[in-house]
Amino acid sequence: MSRKWVISAATAAAALFIGLGAVQAADKKLVVGFSQIGSESGWRAAETKTAKAEADKRGIDLKISDAQQKQENQIKAVRSFVAQGVDAIFIAPVVATGWDSVLKEAKEAKIPVVLLDRQIETKDQSLYMTAVTSDTVHEGRVAGEWLAKQTGGKCAVVELQGTVGSSPAINRKKGFDEIVAKNPGMKIVRTQSGDFTRAKGKEVMESFIKAENGGKGICAVYAHNDDMAVGAIQAIKEAGLKPGKDILVVSIDGVPDIFKAMAEGEANATVELTPNMAGPAYDALIAFKKDGKAPPKWIQTESALFTPDTAKAEYERRKDAY
Amino acid sequence: MTLSAPGPARNLPQYGALIAVLLANWLLFPDFFAIRLQDGRLFGSLIDVLNRGAPVALLAVGMTMVIATRGVDLSVGAVMAISGAIAATMTGAGWSLPAVLAASLAAGLLCGLWNGVLVAVLRIQPIIATLILMVAGRGIAQLVTEGQIVTFTSPALAFIGSGSFLTVPMPVVLTIVVLAVTALLVRATALGLMIEAVGVNRLSSAGAGVNTPVVLVAVYVWCGLCAAVAGLIVTADIRGADANNAGLWLELDAILAVVVGGTSLLGGRFGLVLSVVGALIIQAMNTGILLSGFKPEFNLIVKAGVLLVVLLLQSPTLTLFLPRPKGARPIGTVKPPVAPTSGGAKP
Amino acid sequence: MTASTAPPSAPLLAIRGLSKAFLGVQALDGVDFTLRHGEIHALLGENGAGKSTLIKTLTGVYQRDNGTVALEGREIAPRGVEEAQRLHIGTVYQEVNLLPNLSVAENLFLGRQPMRWGLVDRGAMRRRARAVLQPYGLSVDVTAPLGRFSVATQQIIAIARAVDMSAKVLILDEPTASLDAQEVAVLFKVMRTLRSRGIGIVFVTHFLDQVYEVCDSITVLRNGRLVGERRTADLPRLDLVAMMLGRELEAAAHRIDLGPAEVDSRPPLASFKGFGKARSVEPFDLDIRPGEVVALAGLLGSGRTETVRLVFGMDRADRGEATVDGRAVRLKGPRDAVRLGFGFCPEDRKKEGIVGELSVRENIILALQARQGWLKPIPRRRQEEIADRFIRLLDIRTPDAERPIQLLSGGNQQKALLARWLATEPRLLILDEPTRGIDVGAHAEIIRLIERLCADGMALLVVSSELEEIVAYSRRVVVLRDRRHVAELRGGEVSVERIVAAIASETPNVAGSGAEVRQ
Repeated sequence: MSRKWVISAATAAAALFIGLGAVQAADKKLVVGFSQIGSESGWRAAETKTAKAEADKRGIDLKISDAQQKQENQIKAVRSFVAQGVDAIFIAPVVATGWDSVLKEAKEAKIPVVLLDRQIETKDQSLYMTAVTSDTVHEGRVAGEWLAKQTGGKCAVVELQGTVGSSPAINRKKGFDEIVAKNPGMKIVRTQSGDFTRAKGKEVMESFIKAENGGKGICAVYAHNDDMAVGAIQAIKEAGLKPGKDILVVSIDGVPDIFKAMAEGEANATVELTPNMAGPAYDALIAFKKDGKAPPKWIQTESALFTPDTAKAEYERRKDAY
Repeated sequence: MTLSAPGPARNLPQYGALIAVLLANWLLFPDFFAIRLQDGRLFGSLIDVLNRGAPVALLAVGMTMVIATRGVDLSVGAVMAISGAIAATMTGAGWSLPAVLAASLAAGLLCGLWNGVLVAVLRIQPIIATLILMVAGRGIAQLVTEGQIVTFTSPALAFIGSGSFLTVPMPVVLTIVVLAVTALLVRATALGLMIEAVGVNRLSSAGAGVNTPVVLVAVYVWCGLCAAVAGLIVTADIRGADANNAGLWLELDAILAVVVGGTSLLGGRFGLVLSVVGALIIQAMNTGILLSGFKPEFNLIVKAGVLLVVLLLQSPTLTLFLPRPKGARPIGTVKPPVAPTSGGAKP
Repeated sequence: MTASTAPPSAPLLAIRGLSKAFLGVQALDGVDFTLRHGEIHALLGENGAGKSTLIKTLTGVYQRDNGTVALEGREIAPRGVEEAQRLHIGTVYQEVNLLPNLSVAENLFLGRQPMRWGLVDRGAMRRRARAVLQPYGLSVDVTAPLGRFSVATQQIIAIARAVDMSAKVLILDEPTASLDAQEVAVLFKVMRTLRSRGIGIVFVTHFLDQVYEVCDSITVLRNGRLVGERRTADLPRLDLVAMMLGRELEAAAHRIDLGPAEVDSRPPLASFKGFGKARSVEPFDLDIRPGEVVALAGLLGSGRTETVRLVFGMDRADRGEATVDGRAVRLKGPRDAVRLGFGFCPEDRKKEGIVGELSVRENIILALQARQGWLKPIPRRRQEEIADRFIRLLDIRTPDAERPIQLLSGGNQQKALLARWLATEPRLLILDEPTRGIDVGAHAEIIRLIERLCADGMALLVVSSELEEIVAYSRRVVVLRDRRHVAELRGGEVSVERIVAAIASETPNVAGSGAEVRQ
């Protein structure tokens, strides 16, 4: 098969293929193969669970392969999906590079690929149909905007960063910093890495409280994820202060425990990183199969802000998904 | 017999380093030594050093004896995760505190037994033998927690992490207790001698009738128990079992603490207290860095630099160039006693 | 390579006046050695004779101080094993120096793999490997890792590699040490085939029977000097043993004629029947009574050390039974032996005896403490008393009991080890080369101590290469050869001459009722 033929036939053959796909869709269920990274966090588990639930809702047959944090397993899974001739492949890529050759195989087999929750680095954007991810910079911005509004643009913030060098940590800091820059009264007085964990979040918050005059100098804590915020809440309580009142707590992710904390008045806001990455992907896929309308290259999930008033209900809604 | 390696000169680098790091923290943060009572519990940066250093100090106590037998236990971090996962899950299921503690400690004991049998009976190299549980253990913990952070609200279990006894935080109290019990166990019995003998020369010790497999299994079991206690503390502290992160990489901190404490990786003489001092040096640096306001990117570099200095101070090659206190000559010719008594006596 | 077409004028290998010293110790002193084409030449000698120094100098591991080495008349001076191999000198050690995790073929062609377009041509390598091994009657899977095969097979593969690299001189350093009889036979067949192809083989071994079975000539070294070179056919065994041990023997001693032995009717403290271990020592019978010193004599590698290790449980016997005080006992390990009241000072003090970093005190009380168990620690004061008592009693030269034992001299380490066992008040004390490597003064003290302990009613089992020493303190001597107990001398029979004669005896000598010979 010559390369030229593939390129020249890209639209025409695709149309034919889509037509076929539409016929298939009418006859039988869409089959989607999903190469998931693993189940290293509660959020990841929720993403898998939601993917299943959303698939059932739409009558899609979802095949999940757990890669246990290994790219080689993901590549194997994609190859096996190609061999099975699925209708689409979803990948939550464990790393950003090294996907070109296996994605080419999928492309040659005319199977559309959707990236979930993380992007990849490739020169050839045609290797995947679309990527469904959140905008982590935007998440930081949403958190910052809420805090600026809440405090009238005047606040001494301590920041619990994620793992040094990780892209969510870099981006969530960047978005938040943009808002701080716009508000002269807002200032990040201390920033340290809490490694995205509760234990480190608590330890770092303890030292912030001591360093800032027993916590009197702190107006709010901004944590790059909810787990660190939960740790920080405990540190604040043990220092004899009231989290959510003496020190405001704002974080990102929207895991059930932070809703619980908000319901108890100990946290003030969280920006949700929705585990429902698969839902928009299914919708884009169904639309594509139906009328051949290619989705945009990037489907951005909503970064919704949640506050204590809905916390109890949200907690009840989520605790089983996680 | 002393708790630490003999000779005050040999302990100088450890205590010196601890004092130096604490003083540096004080320079960076003038309130470093300020301590007050908060809800009947001591509160201050110095207390944080002790409190946060407790898990690694506990690991270091167990690790010291394993290293003294010329072994190493890479699985302690994973054992912490397992013990914590069991504690949180069982507490969530409504078990009473004694049952929870017993189950968590039993898990640590079993993990230690597994390591010990691999090393002592099947004669697998310790680094490989314990690597198995290091990898598998975290998986076991994740199975127990089903991949989530299992939280609990039981104040009884939380007390282990954030309660206090006579104003001293519980983690510190537990560490002192474990250290004292361990010291008693090895120094009030002949176990310490046997551990050192096996570490220096396993063949000779076996030839002298020492039950080397039992000694080896015992140190790994004890190390597992110490790890289980550390796991309980971190779980109780955050009121949740984080199977992915609990104790992650702490095995390396524990090994470092032991080495900084002056126990050789080649086995033999060990100092339990010095290993705890080693753990406190590491934690004092961590706390200092947090207080200092350095960018987090520099944390590891600062830490590595300070540790390098401490280890260099212990280097035999380097100490040759430093003035040595009298009577501490490491190698010398043996002179006969002043008046050797010859023969005569009957055996 | 085929058998030499014309009779070569120069010998295959001629070593003349070879000398080598290490830190002032003369390991080789003006040694001559001649190896002819198509000859198997035994290189013999006891500990410290200089065999391994000779081999290592020949293969370029060491550089000689003096002397010449000529290969077919051309002087050579290899500076490493590879260069020696290029000069047609191949070496195969007892512990095969190949890589167990690589395949047989890879080992055969290591460093000289057949290449094709810059890559290893595996197909060619496998074909050639099979071809290389074929003459040895070895049909193994050449792609399997070497380590999967027996030591014997590995040795033949190592030989095949050396020969394939055009070795003319093949040095076999104790190749038979861990082989069984059948494997030895296969190896000898290979050696004879190579001999017929004109290759000269230097054969180092401790087994006299094997020397007489396969060797054409014998060169004996002792203390770094050449004792002599003989044709095997012209050298009676007794003379060979005498050469090795360095003794001139009267002609009368050639005939072994042992008088009636005194029979000790007291019940033995420990008794071993058919005790033995495959590939280590043939089954033997041995009785040891209280208050007697039983000595084990024989050449290096004759099974002396192996015997005492079995008795103490350091190695586990796989046949036979042991009784102590008439009751059957199990000796699964040293702990069993210690519980039975045995003590053992091993030959390799540093590796198996002392616990180097620990103090003299701790070393002395270790066995006693081990027997009491860890739950009953000996109080510090009592430890010091014990240590001080033995330091005084045995005159252990140390500034104090707290000095690490590794800083003591060899003789004082040995005394501390004796103290370790004496502290347990043993009933049977086993000493393996108790006087090796210690200074003259300590030497005499240890012999006096052995005599004194015996007089106090302790039973001793002593291995020693010092025959005079044995004669001085033993009433009973068990003689070993080629891993067998071949004779037992008693009372008036015990003399250096008789021991030597028994070591050299060709047919197993039955002397006294206690000597048991297999087959």
